[in-house]
Amino acid sequence: MVVDEVSDADLDRLFQAFADTTRRDIVSRVLTGEHSVSGLAAHYSMSFAAVQKHVAILERASVVKKEKRGREQIVRIHLLGIERARKLLAEYETIWRQRVDRIADILAEDEGDPS
Amino acid sequence: MTVMSTQQNAEELSFTIVAEFDAKIERVWQIWADPRQLERWWGPPTWPATFESFDFTPGGKASYYMVGPDGEKARGWWLLTSIDAPTTLSFDDGFADDNGEPVASMGITRAVVTIEDIGGRTRMTTTSKFESAEQMQKMIDMGMEEGMTEAMSQIDDLLR
Repeated sequence: MVVDEVSDADLDRLFQAFADTTRRDIVSRVLTGEHSVSGLAAHYSMSFAAVQKHVAILERASVVKKEKRGREQIVRIHLLGIERARKLLAEYETIWRQRVDRIADILAEDEGDPS
Repeated sequence: MTVMSTQQNAEELSFTIVAEFDAKIERVWQIWADPRQLERWWGPPTWPATFESFDFTPGGKASYYMVGPDGEKARGWWLLTSIDAPTTLSFDDGFADDNGEPVASMGITRAVVTIEDIGGRTRMTTTSKFESAEQMQKMIDMGMEEGMTEAMSQIDDLLR
């Protein structure tokens, strides 16, 4: 059982995130490298706070990730990161399944052992 | 079925596996507490683990190495952050350099193990939480049995 499915709420957030020209533009900029929120804000004729709000919506939908670096807030793409993490976790699961099999084998050796 | 359920969380970079064994909790505790038993299952046959030191006390440290198919050695360390025999254990697991010194840049994996009695059988729940994808990748490189790959290359040889 893998509890890692995309819920309807996740999809709603994702579609909402992409349903705006500015946000799609932010995503296309961030796709090629990280940007500070103030650097992004310089491209648009709207307030810093408004750009920050767009970034927050993208962040809630797990499209981008924001981190504080000094006085700057850096925005990075996150979608691909999640995809990679999913693949790696699936492989890591194999490691643990194999470990559990080996443990079961060790415990099975005890059977018939009077101690 | 030994493995009852698993849960992957890509956002948190964490993984949980729940397994049940036909053994008493004290017996399952031993496979963690006894380094000679631990090294029989921690690493796969292709990357066997050897624990060189093992201080199984709260705050205690362990150091181990795993030897890969080409003889390459990968070193690691544990810090036992809490131990409550025979039911709970948590530890930090990290990479070490050739001298056994922790490599901080690679990050650590935090593991929590709980062992509970379910009517004479034992349920073991293990959660691992990573700090980065790079760290997961390295863990996977030295943690997986290469049975499938080996079988495939044998087939390749036959077809040649």
